[in-house]
Amino acid sequence: MVKRVVTGAHYGLRDWLVQRLTAVVMLAFTVVAALRITGAESGYEGWKSVFEPAWMRVALFLFLLSVLYHAWIGVRDIYMDYIQPVSIRLTLHTLTVLALVAYAGWVFELVWSH
Amino acid sequence: MRFSVYRYNPDVDAKPYMQEYDIPLEPTDKMLLDALIRLKSHDDTLAFRRSCREGVCGSDAMNINGRNGLACITTVAELGGHVTLRPIPGLPVIRDLIVDMTQFFRAYHSVKPYVINNDPAPETERLQSPEDRLELDGLYECILCACCSTSCPSFWWNPDKFLGPAALLQSYRFIADSRDQATNERLDDLEDPYKLFRCHSIMNCVDVCPKGLNPTRAIGKIKDIMIKRMV
Amino acid sequence: MGLPVRSFDAVIVGAGGAGLRAALQLSEAGLKVAVLSKVFPTRSHTVAAQGGISAALGNSQEDNWLWHMYDTVKGSDWLGDQDAIEYMCRMAPKVVIELEHFGMPFDRLDNGKIYQRPFGGHTQEFGARPVQRACAAADRTGHAMLHTLYQRNVRARTQFFVEWMALDLVRDADGDVVGVVALEMETGECMILQARATLLATGGAGRIFASSTNAFINTGDGLGMCARAGIPLEDMEFWQFHPTGVAGAGVLITEGVRGEGGYLLNSNGERFMERYAPTVKDLASRDVVSRAMAVEIYEGRGCGPNKDHVLLKLDHLGPEVINHRLPGIREIAIRFGGVDPIKDPIPVVPTCHYMMGGIPTNISGQVVAPHGTSPDEVVPGLWAMGECACVSVHGANRLGTNSLLDLVVFGKAAGDHAIEWLKANPVQKPLPANAADLSLSRLARLDGQKDGESVTDVGRDMRNIIQRHAGVFRTGEVLTEGVSKIREVAERVKRTAIKDTSKVFNTARVEALELDNLIEVAMSTLITAHTRTESRGAHARDDFPDRDDANWMKHSLYYSEDQRVEFKPVRLKPLTVDSIPPKARVY
Repeated sequence: MVKRVVTGAHYGLRDWLVQRLTAVVMLAFTVVAALRITGAESGYEGWKSVFEPAWMRVALFLFLLSVLYHAWIGVRDIYMDYIQPVSIRLTLHTLTVLALVAYAGWVFELVWSH
Repeated sequence: MRFSVYRYNPDVDAKPYMQEYDIPLEPTDKMLLDALIRLKSHDDTLAFRRSCREGVCGSDAMNINGRNGLACITTVAELGGHVTLRPIPGLPVIRDLIVDMTQFFRAYHSVKPYVINNDPAPETERLQSPEDRLELDGLYECILCACCSTSCPSFWWNPDKFLGPAALLQSYRFIADSRDQATNERLDDLEDPYKLFRCHSIMNCVDVCPKGLNPTRAIGKIKDIMIKRMV
Repeated sequence: MGLPVRSFDAVIVGAGGAGLRAALQLSEAGLKVAVLSKVFPTRSHTVAAQGGISAALGNSQEDNWLWHMYDTVKGSDWLGDQDAIEYMCRMAPKVVIELEHFGMPFDRLDNGKIYQRPFGGHTQEFGARPVQRACAAADRTGHAMLHTLYQRNVRARTQFFVEWMALDLVRDADGDVVGVVALEMETGECMILQARATLLATGGAGRIFASSTNAFINTGDGLGMCARAGIPLEDMEFWQFHPTGVAGAGVLITEGVRGEGGYLLNSNGERFMERYAPTVKDLASRDVVSRAMAVEIYEGRGCGPNKDHVLLKLDHLGPEVINHRLPGIREIAIRFGGVDPIKDPIPVVPTCHYMMGGIPTNISGQVVAPHGTSPDEVVPGLWAMGECACVSVHGANRLGTNSLLDLVVFGKAAGDHAIEWLKANPVQKPLPANAADLSLSRLARLDGQKDGESVTDVGRDMRNIIQRHAGVFRTGEVLTEGVSKIREVAERVKRTAIKDTSKVFNTARVEALELDNLIEVAMSTLITAHTRTESRGAHARDDFPDRDDANWMKHSLYYSEDQRVEFKPVRLKPLTVDSIPPKARVY
């Protein structure tokens, strides 16, 4: 039987680019956060002051979303390489997406509810 | 010289095995290919491909002490008296050191490896400046030996979907040709999570290329053009 | 014996430059073509050509196809057929431009045109001074050309039978060729490929020599097939020794090195070619330079501890020219010669390079043989082109860069002619009942051989005999001895045995079958060289040092069945221009 190889999903560049852009966001935030943390006093109040300003919350939220999207592409790449059966791959894709969406909800709750 | 050689003949062997040889070489046996031919004169059942014996035809790619290379341009001296030879990995073995390269050539053919130019052909040559021609250096010299693609983990995992460094290098060779008019079509075809984007810049291809070419850089340039087109 | 049969409009044996060029014509004409090749097409030996392909484009200096024609006739030492030479030189600009349109990556001049470099024997105004006529892609012109032609065939959806070896021609009772018997190497199975047109493009046979620039696959398969099918071989005494093979390794160093300004030195540090060819010096024709080198070495002015080679100096060109124009040469010199040419000269010796003779054809590529009163009666259904053919455009000595030109000009001409012929002959002739007998008996002999000699041993003896007895300089005595020795070897070839009995990719069997072809070539070479009692082009006899136009301005034809040599006249009349009369050949 002919095994038809299907390719051409047309999302290669977008994801590759997003993976790199999210990496830049993550890097930038890490630098800013590190600077602020080292400049802050130790203890609860110090930490709170680091993350108190609205712009810092936006940045943190962006950072965490970037982590999630970056992770999605990376994990999917691993599945592409190592998981060949389509059914298992689709199941893993679904579970991964569910987990990441759940994490996103949790992140929202963490950043904006306090 | 001591050889450990991967042997498999589907006619007689249930599974592959490594065979040990200890063969005296002549002073004229300077290259690994000379040594292999010496070995074959003792045991004519050993099968391997060879042709030009000067590194331009790409026939005798094999895995030499764990690293892909051409037997004809690997000196015996650099091997130090013992060598382990296996077929290039990731492709089905037909016999001994001979692999079935269908998959590899299918990828190559799929990139439309020819200049596409729909203008009527002029009476004389299509002009190309020396600078434009320079863009093709480091691309057109590929000998299709498959050392690169078969050393690429991404190609091992998805040999049917990822085109591999050799085919991508050739794809860029035509994208880079000032005479080619099908850049858009070529980019559309590569815009896919598998064909191009399985490349994770591992750079095994660059490491093993016997012609010193750099497929990773060519792949990077394809991505650059894709971005230029998108933004 | 019922072998499977497949039927095609045309079968092409060989996928080098000539085979691919012909395949392209036939495929693009919509015909059903099968191209057989022992190796993947881009592994064919065309890939190793370095310096260039000649065409009087006049891109950097004034040039004219007539001058190219004159150079080629003179280079051939007046053994080339002038109708064929005119055709080739006139077609040259057209086919080279066509290659460019196919996408071949030629080097460029500042104005965007194809870069051309000087080469041996190519001159302006009938020998006045060197001219830049060799169109080049660095020093990888053959590679660039072969890949381009293969790529174009991919576009034309040509059907390839890769790693198939053609064994024998199928001729019917009328003598028409109706196909070939071929062996699929991967499975070890044979098949008859029936075709109305059979085209041979099997390349050279330099592997009859112990020291050769040729690839291992250059075993004269098409010549062996023809010889066994009763077709004569033409001008087999003429073998070109390339002046610059890397000493010890035999790997080619292009004449383009001398074209770019490199030159040869003897052990005294003397640029000795000035004495042998005062006008063009190191850019004299290849036979002239090779003989000069042999004389220098013979008279004790060779270099190295054994005084057995001369030196090719190019460091004065500077790293820029070497890295840009001659990068492959630098790679080869470092790997095989152990020297970096940017700093040190390369040790070189004359090395067997090219077979001027071959299967006799006319300018349409049709194979011809004497029959009745005509010296050139067509063998219906059979064409040959490229190095395996003898049109003859190279005569007694080929000019550098004319080989790549030969491939595309006559590959295309044969393809075009076969298309017309197929239109006029639409009915496939039936296969004769004994179509596969010869091939099957050869295979059965090999499989059943008891106590035979190894292919390696017999092959080595053959190569050593040819090397010793058919070298740069030949004498009657050495040739007589060589003929009797090679006859002994030919008997041993009939009793070779192999240990490998497997069907799957049995390379030992392939090498044994190749030896059957090589020995035909080796026999024809020594016997015709012994017969020709003159010196002409690459055939240099110490006992007959002069060219003898009165008695020997004729082609030799060697018949394998009774080892006889016949002759046919050289065609001195070109197609449209005046004949170029013979004269002394000085450079």
